[in-house]
Order: sequence, then C-alpha cells, then structure tokens
Amino acid sequence: MLKIENLTAEIDGKTILNGLSLKVAAGEVHAIMGPNGAGKSTLSYVLGGRPGYEVTGGSVTFRGQDLLGLEPHERAAAGLFLGFQYPVEIPGVSNVQFLREALNAQRKARGEEALSGGEFLRLAKDKAGLLGLDMDMLKRNVNVGFSGGEKKRAEMVQMGILDPAFAVLDETDSGLDIDALRVVGEGINAIMRAPDKAVLLITHYQRLLDVVKPDRVSILSKGRIVKTGGPELALRLENEGYDAVMAEPA
Amino acid sequence: MSEAAILPTRRDEAWRYSDTDALAGVDLGNWRAVDVAPGETVRETLVIEDENGNADGTRLTRLRVSIGKGARYELFGVIASAHLGRVEVEVTLAEGAHFEMGGITVGGRDTVREFVTRVVHAQPHATSNQVVRSVHWGQGTGNFLGNIEVVRHAQKTDAAQSFKGLLLEKGASVNAVPQLEIFADDVKCAHGASVGQMDENARFYMAARGLSPELSRRLLVQAFIGDALVALDDEGEHERLLQVALDKLDKHL
Ligand SMILES: Nc1ncnc2c1ncn2[C@@H]1O[C@H](COP(=O)(O)OP(=O)(O)O)[C@@H](O)[C@H]1O
Ligand SMILES: [Mg+2]
Repeated sequence: MLKIENLTAEIDGKTILNGLSLKVAAGEVHAIMGPNGAGKSTLSYVLGGRPGYEVTGGSVTFRGQDLLGLEPHERAAAGLFLGFQYPVEIPGVSNVQFLREALNAQRKARGEEALSGGEFLRLAKDKAGLLGLDMDMLKRNVNVGFSGGEKKRAEMVQMGILDPAFAVLDETDSGLDIDALRVVGEGINAIMRAPDKAVLLITHYQRLLDVVKPDRVSILSKGRIVKTGGPELALRLENEGYDAVMAEPA
Repeated sequence: MSEAAILPTRRDEAWRYSDTDALAGVDLGNWRAVDVAPGETVRETLVIEDENGNADGTRLTRLRVSIGKGARYELFGVIASAHLGRVEVEVTLAEGAHFEMGGITVGGRDTVREFVTRVVHAQPHATSNQVVRSVHWGQGTGNFLGNIEVVRHAQKTDAAQSFKGLLLEKGASVNAVPQLEIFADDVKCAHGASVGQMDENARFYMAARGLSPELSRRLLVQAFIGDALVALDDEGEHERLLQVALDKLDKHL
C-alpha cells in the first residue's frame, strides 16, 4: 500500500531523512520506534507534504500513485491521514465546521456526493461516541482549550469521520493516561483494522502496542530504518533498550 | 486659489493614512445626521462593494450620530471596494447610551479602506464598543482611526476599541490610531491593536485534513473577521456582510 524507497529529505539545508526505505502492506499495522530526534515526526511531515520539508531524493508510492507529486490536500483526498504529535489550535473555527468542510472537500475531489448537515452530524456523533468525546467538544473551536489528552482523542475522532485508507499516527499515545490510552488504542483498532487499510504507528511506548497489536515493528535511527521485525522487537526494545538491540547485526 | 487648497491633507490627524489625492471633486460637506431617541435602538448595516463591476473611485460615508438617554445605536459595515473607501462616524452619547460598531476592511491593489470614528462620551454611564478587522493584500491598506473623548463629568464610562489586521501578502499594510482624551476619573477604557499573518501551521493542519489552500484561507479569514460581527444579532445581515467580504477575497486574490 505504501512503499518508501531510499528517501532523503532536509529542513533548512540539514539532512534529516537519510536513505529511508519502508514497505507497509494493506491490512498491516506497522509500528515505528526510535530515539528522540531520529526523524520520526519528519517522516510523517514529509509523507504529508509539509512546506519546508524538502525531499532531495528517493520515492514514495502510495496505492500505486507517486505520493510526492501530490499537494498536501490531494494526499488527504487520496486516503492519507496524519495524526499530529502536536495538534494545531484554530481559533474561530469549530470542529464541526472544519471537519464537515474537510470531509466534503475530500469527497468532492473523489467525485462523491457531499454529506448534508444532518448526515454529517450523525456521523460525527457516532465517531465522538467511539472515542468517548463529548459532542459539545466538537462544537467548540478546533483544539482550542483542549487538554493534551482531549486533543489526541479529537484527532482520532477526526480520523473516524474522514475514514482514511492509511493513517500515519505520530505519538498519538503521548499525553494520555492509562484509561485514555486504552480508549484511543481501541479507537484505532475500530477505525483502521481492515484488510484494505493500514497504519504507520509512531510511538515510544509498548503500552500502546499492547492495545493496537502491530504486525511489524521498525526502528528508525538517524534518518533511516535500521531494523524491522515482528511484535517481539518492540518488547525487546522495552526490555533491553535501543542501543543493545541496534548494536547486533541486522 | 485652487479648490484643492481647502481639501484635507495627510497632516490632518484624521487623514493621516488616507489617500487625500482621491478627494478631488468629492463633496466633503455631505454629513448625514442620525438621531436616536431616548430608549430607542437603531441598527444600520452598510456595505461598500463594487458597483456595476466598478471598484474604483472614492466612496465616502459620513455620519453624525446623536444617541439619546438609554438609547442604542449599532453600526456594522464592510468596506470592500473603491480606490478610497472611508466610513467616518461622529457619535455623541447621552447618559446610559450605547454605541456598538463592527467594521471590516478588505482588499488589495493600491487602495485605502478605513474607518474613522470620534466618540464623545458626553454624559455618565454610557458605553461604547468598536471592533475593526482588516484583511489586505497587494498594496491594499486598511486603517482604523478611533478617537474617544470622555468629558469631565462622564463618570462610569466604559469604552472599548479593538483592532486587528491580517496581511495576506507583502506590500499590504494596516494602521491603527487609537486616541483617548479622558477628563473624568472613574472610567474604563480598553484598546488593543495587533497585526499578523496567516497561521501557516494551521494551514498545513487543514491541508492534511483535505482543505485546499483556497478553502483553508477562506475559513481562517472568516474566523478572523467574524469578531467584527459577533454583536450583529441578525442572521441574514450577518451572512450578507460576511459574504461580501469573503467574495472579495475569492474573486480578487
Ligand atoms: N523545523 C526544524 N528545523 C530544523 N531542524 C529540525 C526541525 N524539525 C526537526 N528538526 C531536527 O530534525 C531531527 C529529527 O526531528 P524529528 O523528526 O522531530 O524527530 P523525532 O520525531 O524522531 O523525535 C532532529 O535533529 C531535529 O532537531
Ligand atoms: Mg516526534
């Protein structure tokens, strides 16, 4: 579903991704782990097409398409969802207005009918319920005054509403307490566990992986994937640390 | 003496950021009087928009408003056209009266669009609230010159002014000149002014959810100018003024 080959990217002339290759098949949850500053967030921004993140080499193929040739909003319409490590506040724009416009813009780009106000509200209510987020929160401005945990739940409600084929979730577990973590993890399973969908799950912690059980685990270090394995790799990282696991031959 | 000699110049405080060259041939004596009787409420909306496709020329609206005891006058305006578009309001408030103003200037090219107000709190317990939001691009300029005078015995006056500018391109500019002349001592006067650009973090976030650059810009501008219309308690008029401003953005940027 997603094939990244030898990707290099820089910010302000500084190389951050340095020959990164990765394949994610449909139906797969692929966890990315790695030390701080390894380039995990950079990878997610490059996949999303963030201005300032310049691709200097390599390719990204998404569902047979050249992802890097698309504008950020076109990538979303093509089925890509980015869960932000730091969701952005948008004063003056309500979640309901934002998400309805976003969903209908995506549907239009795909040649689908727009949802009516009523249809949209039913959908939003359903997904908010799934994540245990009060509907009143969705009437408020996007992320404004939300706690860290509420922001992450709201991200997952957005994902539920937009129903992407592929989600890149950047530290969705950070800032969550144990109960919220389980709700969010189960939300990810409910929304994204399907044969024709896939997830790139960026995380530091095993505790999210106990809920969203990954099929594959890769370690990202210094801008490239240095090791890929099954779920046991995450457990070994937890027990032995990055240095020990990365030191052994691939 | 040429006629131009009697026209205001930029040395006049109230014309400081205006385009006084655009005043040649314009009738400056044309003030409209508005009297709001005690206890009454009057609301006006005014829109300066393109006429028959013409977005040039000078369009001046001058109001002299007297608000009676306990009365209320509300003015909501959008200046979205003219080479020089100017709304000038002189307001005198009687005891316990209220003046509410929401103004929006929007535009590009080489234009000046401005609100100029002079609010006199002539009696105690009167209140006023003015909110102006300016969105410009090209060489467009938006101004808010707001003068507030509180006379010596106008105790318990509460006067507020808020201005924010949003510059969408280099070359556009905004100016805010608040002027407070306060001669009473038990008075609340608040004013704030700021200028900024579009939040590019928000725009990428919105793009990542599927909104094109045009749609995200429209949503952010709508949120920005919405401040000037919060007090407009008429859904139809609210929508009409918002559309005038957003159409300008869609068609001309
Ligand atoms: N906007 C930026 N400008 C310059 N360097 C940056 C910027 N963002 C991230 N970096 C650098 O890129 C590297 C990778 O950062 P990041 O992708 O955030 O790592 P991770 O998410 O794995 O912690 C770090 O060295 C960081 O300092
Ligand atoms: Mg990160």
